[in-house]
Amino acid sequence: MQLPPFQTLVDRHAAELHRFLVALVGIPDADDCLQETLMAALRTYPGLTDASNLRAWLFTIAQRKATDAVRRSRRRPTVALDGHDSPVDPHDMTDEALWRAVRGLPPRQRAAVVHRFVFDLAYRQIGERLGCTEVAARRSVHDGLASLRRVVDR
Amino acid sequence: MTDADLEHGLAALPESDPSVGVGRFRRRAAQAGLLDVAYAVTDSPLGPLAVFVTPRGLVRVAYQGEPIDEVVADVAARVSPRLLLAPEQTDAIRRELDAYFARRLESFSVPIDWTLVRGFARGVLHATAAIPFGQVTTYGHLAEAAGSPRAARAAGNALGSNPIPIVVPCHRVLHAGGGLGGYTGGLDRKRILLRIEGVLTD
Repeated sequence: MQLPPFQTLVDRHAAELHRFLVALVGIPDADDCLQETLMAALRTYPGLTDASNLRAWLFTIAQRKATDAVRRSRRRPTVALDGHDSPVDPHDMTDEALWRAVRGLPPRQRAAVVHRFVFDLAYRQIGERLGCTEVAARRSVHDGLASLRRVVDR
Repeated sequence: MTDADLEHGLAALPESDPSVGVGRFRRRAAQAGLLDVAYAVTDSPLGPLAVFVTPRGLVRVAYQGEPIDEVVADVAARVSPRLLLAPEQTDAIRRELDAYFARRLESFSVPIDWTLVRGFARGVLHATAAIPFGQVTTYGHLAEAAGSPRAARAAGNALGSNPIPIVVPCHRVLHAGGGLGGYTGGLDRKRILLRIEGVLTD
């Protein structure tokens, strides 16, 4: 099967993948997640049997790497060594609580919400990216938004 | 917080710059041995040159004029799709090309990866690679050196498809009658190279 040069994938998708990862894990971890995503993709690339949706394939890997990163960061101690609690806002923005809540969502909902509102994708496209139906994508966005509201309003 | 507020907050995520992550990825891919082909574009007196390097050596040099996207796609198809723009992996050949054009280097020492050359052409281009700086030969002699004395025309075709011009010096092959013959990159480039090597004078 004819696969495009991997560089073409980087040119076409790296910026969007990075933004997706910033939304999911915050700026400090997004660079590493992007690196991990591309490494994992490059490793299995020559063996791919279906090149019809490379974008969806990359986003699936990115989502998995983001889930790993969130899990790792939950295990990380949050209190700084000098005794001062110094929470760093990973998004360098005011809605810190909102993004913390996004990272607390189940992976599918988290990705769906980001695709819907950060990338402004239609439900059909979100379904394609997440490998589910349009109906399921709509439900994930709806459920994600509902739990965000609960968390943020608390 | 209303849904509209939430949606607005989510949409406010700023554009981000992937270059740090991509740069780290490129270095790690090379370290992990997952980078099968690295390429870069470098300037030269003959115009921009695209150079492609595998772990075995220099596999392709392309002049501007061949559309770069097509050359990249062709190398990916014929060598490996694990191909990245990774200039730092092509430093050795770029340094040697610079030195050659500055007339500080006469023979290239970077290893050659012959993957893209098959059959009779490989014999012809091996023989071509042995022609020293500043010397020339003919298509007929080259065919003889490749083991087929009567295959001058086939030798010409092999040279025309040389994937590694300049470094495999097909510009040092001329017509028996003294004419310049042909050149992949056009005769102007062949003349410049022969001038650099002192074969032609203005």
